[in-house]
Amino acid sequence: MTDPISAVLLDDSVEFSLTEVCAACSVSEELVIEIVAEGIVEPLGRDRAQWRFTGIALTRVQRVLRLQHDFGVNLAGAALALDLLEELERLRRAQRSSD
Amino acid sequence: MEYKDYYQIMGVARDASADDIKRAYRRLARKYHPDVSKEKDAEARFKEVGEAYEVLRDPEKRAAYDALGARKPGEDFKRPADWQFDYGAEPDVAGAHSDFFEQLFGGLGRGGRGSFRSRGFDTAGQVEVTLEEAFKGTERRLSLQRVAVDERGRAQPTTQQLTVRIPAGVVDGQRVRVSSQGEPGVGGGPPGDLFLEVRLLPHRWFRAEGRDIWLDLPVTPWEAALGETVRVPTLGGRVDLKVPKGSQTDRQLRLRGRGLPGSPPGDQLVVLKIVTPAPSTPADEAFYKEMAAKLPTNPRQAMEGAS
Repeated sequence: MTDPISAVLLDDSVEFSLTEVCAACSVSEELVIEIVAEGIVEPLGRDRAQWRFTGIALTRVQRVLRLQHDFGVNLAGAALALDLLEELERLRRAQRSSD
Repeated sequence: MEYKDYYQIMGVARDASADDIKRAYRRLARKYHPDVSKEKDAEARFKEVGEAYEVLRDPEKRAAYDALGARKPGEDFKRPADWQFDYGAEPDVAGAHSDFFEQLFGGLGRGGRGSFRSRGFDTAGQVEVTLEEAFKGTERRLSLQRVAVDERGRAQPTTQQLTVRIPAGVVDGQRVRVSSQGEPGVGGGPPGDLFLEVRLLPHRWFRAEGRDIWLDLPVTPWEAALGETVRVPTLGGRVDLKVPKGSQTDRQLRLRGRGLPGSPPGDQLVVLKIVTPAPSTPADEAFYKEMAAKLPTNPRQAMEGAS
């Protein structure tokens, strides 16, 4: 049997640079900059060279890109869908844990 | 290889217009999109619908597909010897397409593809872990469906076994990334990543909220009244907890840092539940009556004053 491969927790404790986010999502820097400008994620750090995205931010970028691509909506529409989906997931979790 | 009825998958007639097909796709995408859907087989259905749309939306691919004639879905199918399809300069890079699609439109790895190079697709999956496993970290053996390209350039579905270590401190809904375990790249491109969403299984006693762990702790009336040290289970083992004197039911006590690990780690929140022993003998009843006489109390006093 092969050695287990470690999974990385995508939470607040891991950070990715702009270049790493672009590589992980297979998209251009311009598109990620647009996503930041849309207020979908807020990177840490003053300027682009120092931007750090948390694991949670990376997940949001990937989901918004999928929604945008698969439903043919613009970034603002995908961002709205993402916010509503996250709210729905939060409510479902709260309901599950109170059952 | 099994024939796939793309019209049936999309729920449209064979003579459906391009608009009908687009409408059907949008509707099915909203229903089965893995980010949106709560259907169990959403991901598989979404890929199937995406593949059908990829063929039916493209007039050339649709015409070539129609020329195969209508067949029964799942019917054994071989690519016609005279099958010719111009894949164009760049393939629509294959993420998780069916064998059927790959044979007809894939062109994956078939010589002469030039210098086209692309990173493989990311793949997603779910893992269910118990709270104990989330606390300690765990390993999961996964079976991944892969498409491998054989030496003759044909796509073959294969199953790959993979052991993934899930780190300690995952919370419900958390995603973890397993680098380079997504779909293989094309033309020497790097592979995609595998993203797993973690679901925490319900626990008999504990309830997780983020990294905090909630526990209803039964105590006796005298433990609550007199204030005693009781043994409390936590994910990390039993600890002693001092119940403050004069506690009531629903009082919350915090065991700092005893929740799921992380920075900062979660807490365990203990909710006291006073359990009144049922009197089972006349002596028990006499004892309760004695308490009633010696400890007169009216817990409904506030309500009576209000009305």
